[in-house]
Amino acid sequence: MSARTRWPAARRSLSKRGPAKRDLSRRDLFKMGGAAAAGLALAGCGIPGLAKIITPEEALAEARAFWPKQKPTGRLSFANWADYIDPSHESLKLFTKSTGITVSYAEVIEDDNSWFAKIDPLIRAGQYIGYDLMVVTDGFEFNDLVELQELIPLDHSYLPTFSKYVIPKFTKETFDPGNLYSVPWASGITGIGWNTKYVKDDITSIDVLWDPKYAGKIGMMADPQEIANFGLFKLGIDPDGSAKDDWNKAAQVLTQQRNAGIVRQYYDQSYVNALSQGDIWITMAWSGDIFQQNQSAGNNDLQFVVPQQGGTIWTDNMMIPKHAQNPVSAMKMMDWFYHPQIATMLTENIQYISACAPVKSMIGQDAKLKHGANGQDQSTLQALVSSPLVFPPDSVLDRCKNYITPADPQTAQDFKNLFNAITEA
Amino acid sequence: MRGTRTKLTPYLLMLPGGLWLAVFFVVPIILMIGLSTMSGNIISGFGDPFHHFGNYIDGFTQYGHQWLNSAIYAGLGCLISIVLSYPIAYWIAFYGGARKSTYLFLILLPFFVSFVLRTVAWNYILSDQGIVLGRLKHWHLLSQNFHIIGTAPAVIGGIVYNYLPFMILPIYVALERVDPRVIEAGRDLYANAATVFTKVVLPLSLPGVFAGVLLNFVPAASDYVNAQVLGGTGNNMIGNVIYNQYFIVQNYPLQASLSFSLMGILLIGIFIYARALGTEDVLEAAAA
Repeated sequence: MSARTRWPAARRSLSKRGPAKRDLSRRDLFKMGGAAAAGLALAGCGIPGLAKIITPEEALAEARAFWPKQKPTGRLSFANWADYIDPSHESLKLFTKSTGITVSYAEVIEDDNSWFAKIDPLIRAGQYIGYDLMVVTDGFEFNDLVELQELIPLDHSYLPTFSKYVIPKFTKETFDPGNLYSVPWASGITGIGWNTKYVKDDITSIDVLWDPKYAGKIGMMADPQEIANFGLFKLGIDPDGSAKDDWNKAAQVLTQQRNAGIVRQYYDQSYVNALSQGDIWITMAWSGDIFQQNQSAGNNDLQFVVPQQGGTIWTDNMMIPKHAQNPVSAMKMMDWFYHPQIATMLTENIQYISACAPVKSMIGQDAKLKHGANGQDQSTLQALVSSPLVFPPDSVLDRCKNYITPADPQTAQDFKNLFNAITEA
Repeated sequence: MRGTRTKLTPYLLMLPGGLWLAVFFVVPIILMIGLSTMSGNIISGFGDPFHHFGNYIDGFTQYGHQWLNSAIYAGLGCLISIVLSYPIAYWIAFYGGARKSTYLFLILLPFFVSFVLRTVAWNYILSDQGIVLGRLKHWHLLSQNFHIIGTAPAVIGGIVYNYLPFMILPIYVALERVDPRVIEAGRDLYANAATVFTKVVLPLSLPGVFAGVLLNFVPAASDYVNAQVLGGTGNNMIGNVIYNQYFIVQNYPLQASLSFSLMGILLIGIFIYARALGTEDVLEAAAA
């Protein structure tokens, strides 16, 4: 067919615009009729909230009723953060060997808020989220999960190893006293990381994040809770017991920092790459990330400090979402990571704070051998044992504060709006 | 009897498709309108639909800057894309010869890699001390403070890069349809090459440009990946706000109202654009 006959054909189809539109509107009317009525009826009901907040006693009663009915299943689906361990990590293989439970481990959690936003609608609808065990940081989303009763209270009879080896401090955390819903996976500190290739100063103060000398080379975190604490530290306000007035002041000082062109970008986990490739020189950072990055790059370019004004200590916790299909397997996995050898293996790999007491002496023993459980050399392990960030002494812990946890839902919403407005601009 | 059946047939044939649209398009949209006019928070729940139309006003007063960013980045992205795409499409259409499909395949090749990964790759390539800028800085061709990542041009560049094939392909299709004899006729009437292009080829290819702009502007205006990966402070687009309001703040009503406003603006924009520059009118103008 020649091009000539094609051309008028194309034109004809274009000029059909008129009648085609009339067809469309008739069809629209037809389908709108019934559907619109159904839609309007549905749109009338909102998204229900919570009838009432459950007390610890009620949660325990719920656990007593729930657990005796659960049977072992031989399967486990585990959702964790990226950059902790690989799905083929030795600790998981040993778990399967020891218990016969096959584990599917997925690094699907990028941050707490987006994870919560993904699972909350499913759990509300009474659905299995596809994971039996997940790791969530203490903070807003953890509180939301507890308050919305989207977690299964734990059965401590499955946790003998945990109760034997856990460091007592981790059983009294304000976010989950008595480990009603969770046991710690690892703890870490948010402080300041910098790249010594570009920054020759020794950093000790949080003021460096406001230093015009480094304008455009400073990274901050996008998470409202992380950034709020740093605004407060800058002002010398203790986040514990801070109130709305303090938050407004913190928001102000963070806005000034942004408007002065000091902040390059508000980052999620991607700050590590930006720091190591030199896009930013100084940034808010998580302790273990800096060590892991140095280890994988094979150098010591990155440094980390808990600023003298304060840093944030947080705990990532293992918990069981409601409607989980393999809750018994999940309990066994929680307990598994408190076997001293397994906990040691984990700490040597991720370089975050362990809640398992014997880990420090076990890594010390490994350091005397030629290599660690994961093939690390002696010097790495010795550095690990003496690291104030993996085994923080009181002098560091005294400077570390928790995230702010607003008392009621509306205050939490206002808090998030206040700090999100800074990072979102 | 037979008469009524024939009358009903088209409607019965439309029923499955119509129901599909109703269930998966109309109902969610009405639900979203309801949600966009609610108030509340994630713990106490959201309710009171069709009472809080102020959400829509808040969406504009609080995020004027991001709306503007979206319009500017997507608009500039489209213009740059047209300038870059036209010569490529022109060359393939008129000089591609037997290898036309190979060239088209090459243009589509990047799509075999995920959108986000391709964008992140640019973040590496153009990083401050990376393989390009690092070299140039080493040779003192650029000042140490020069950077591309974290700026508006980086976001616009990312948008152009990611949506370029959607501009090239429709322009190519339009140019491919141009009958070479029309061009010959122009020449026979003593028009020079420039006149033939402006009076004959360009008007005939405008429907392709029209389609290309639609395929570029609509996704670019609601994009958030480019601003997230390549942008810096102050480069967020309205897509980033919608993402944050849903995933970080969990302010579902505001998020729904913003999405709805964006959809409405794009629909009205497309309608006006089609009316003003409708392909048919363009053709008629060219003929006149």
